[in-house]
Amino acid sequence: MAHQVVVTEEHYVFKPATKKNLYIVLGIGVGLFILGLVLAISGGGHHEGGDGGHAAVQSSELVASVQQHAAASEGHATATHHETEPWVKRLYSSLWMNNVFFAGIGIIGLFFVAIQYAAQAGWSVGVKRIGIAMGNWIPIAGVVMLILWFITHHDIFHWTHDYLYNKDGAEFDPIINKKAPFFFWPLAGGSFPIFFIFRMVLFFGVWYWFFIMIRKNMAAEDIQGTTSFWHKNVVLSTVFLIFFGVSSSIAAWDWVMSIDTHWFSTMFGWYVFASWWVTGLAVITLIAVWLKDAGYLKIVNSNHLHDLGKFMFAFSIFWTYIWFSQFLLIYYANIPEETVYFFERMRNSPYSWIFYLNLILNFVLPFLLLMTRDAKRQMSMLKLVCPIIIVGHWFDFFNMVTPGVMKHDGGVGLLEIGLALIFLSLFLLVAFSSLTKLPLFGKNDPMLQESLHHHI
Amino acid sequence: MDADKNFLVGIFDDDELVLNGVDKVRQSGVKIHEVYSPFPVHGLDERLGYKRTRLPIAAFLFGMTGTSLALIMQIWMLGFDWPMIIGGKNFVSLPPFIPVTFELTVLLGALGMVGTFLIVSGLKPYAWPRQFDLRSTEDKHVMAIDLALNKGKSKEEIAGILKSAGASEVNEKNFE
Repeated sequence: MAHQVVVTEEHYVFKPATKKNLYIVLGIGVGLFILGLVLAISGGGHHEGGDGGHAAVQSSELVASVQQHAAASEGHATATHHETEPWVKRLYSSLWMNNVFFAGIGIIGLFFVAIQYAAQAGWSVGVKRIGIAMGNWIPIAGVVMLILWFITHHDIFHWTHDYLYNKDGAEFDPIINKKAPFFFWPLAGGSFPIFFIFRMVLFFGVWYWFFIMIRKNMAAEDIQGTTSFWHKNVVLSTVFLIFFGVSSSIAAWDWVMSIDTHWFSTMFGWYVFASWWVTGLAVITLIAVWLKDAGYLKIVNSNHLHDLGKFMFAFSIFWTYIWFSQFLLIYYANIPEETVYFFERMRNSPYSWIFYLNLILNFVLPFLLLMTRDAKRQMSMLKLVCPIIIVGHWFDFFNMVTPGVMKHDGGVGLLEIGLALIFLSLFLLVAFSSLTKLPLFGKNDPMLQESLHHHI
Repeated sequence: MDADKNFLVGIFDDDELVLNGVDKVRQSGVKIHEVYSPFPVHGLDERLGYKRTRLPIAAFLFGMTGTSLALIMQIWMLGFDWPMIIGGKNFVSLPPFIPVTFELTVLLGALGMVGTFLIVSGLKPYAWPRQFDLRSTEDKHVMAIDLALNKGKSKEEIAGILKSAGASEVNEKNFE
């Protein structure tokens, strides 16, 4: 259609009332966190540890019976070399897991924007700025992760212990020793993991650089109004996507899979990405719905929400597909060094309820609730499904990280819930205050008219 | 006068014109048989007052049929009719059944949906579509009015309505 629709620029105002609500969530989070920490220190965690210990014995028998050369399990080393209190490990593991989870949501904000540019998509003008606002979390997550690594590495990452690489020592681990160059190159195994840290800094650095460049072009486009900035962003986004395709996989191996050092899965990079991606989509949708509720984003109507809903629906199924592909191969091949991952999480384990809950929250519910066209177009349904997906994938990450760090002593308590609320409120504070920096959509975006006429 | 035989055909030059034309014709109380256009015109089906398709419901039911059939088939075959030990697993174990279940769900869902669509649209074998005006495949939008369904108005009256609604020409078309 030929006619032009005239729209007025919108600026988001981060109202004190909204800010206050987020601070209340932060306060509740801090309260629960401190309470959980006190309980964990004063033996609440200990009792739980005792409970878990029982299960641990059962399952370690099971594992030992099948695990022939999957090497002396991490449990041995823990007994002899670790004096860290269980509550400290629990705190570290929870911090690490939340930071990886929210780092992913931040980077997915940028990934979403990059996909829209690279695909030269027209519908998404109204939601691109939400993605770019989420990207502001990238540098924070990077710094936090680097600091956390230096504090927590011996408790979270088994491979950081130098005795594993000492060929004459009793604790020498030939399997981990073979993986040493992946962490320590060019140094010898057991020294400082230069390669690992280099990758962490490189990934966050490059992601942040692309974020700055794409955001700068967006801001310049608002002022100067030529299409050249849009074309520049198409090129930048394409290069970023290639880099992200590789780096997201390696990041998943580094930050999550290397916790279970002996174990490996060729699906894992995709698995972590799928989890991040669908969570990020749910956060983008939820923020868009909130903004519409607050009277903003008039250019986003049910057609655009329908697209976001389809995205979430499709990638919930994609996540399940990846999850199942990883599970079925390991289940069918039945090789001890692979099945150990599911032994720790599925049966005779304090995490088995999370294992099954994961599938219900992340597959069954989104699949059934988002199936019809009307469900994807109605804000009330999206307000229900988005939190389900976000909480579901938080549990997904919990089950990726915690069993490897805590063995059978972990669990979801006040400490974990409190920390999740702290991260969530801080993330939203950063995202919403970044939303105020740029107009809510690019008034000079060459795709604006196409987006206004979007109709499905 | 039988239905589906005698038509008045309005020719519109532009998609904007036909969209507004549909509104005007319907407002004046004339029932439209169908509008043919050389390319998809957004919003045309809403303005014609068409109800949304119920094809997704059919697809869901066909899909569920596929899911149940696949599970029943595999449980019966591998659990009861001819149990085999495969990889030391239970005779009836869910994970290896999932790929087949998925495929049969998709297959029956897709075939069922296509079949339903063909039947509902009357696209049976040897069905020959009627052409109201060949230019609807080129550059004109064609609005067909069934005279039998608009008996309250004379032919000339309807032709006048079509003209005033923006039709560049109005023709008569009779099928035997």
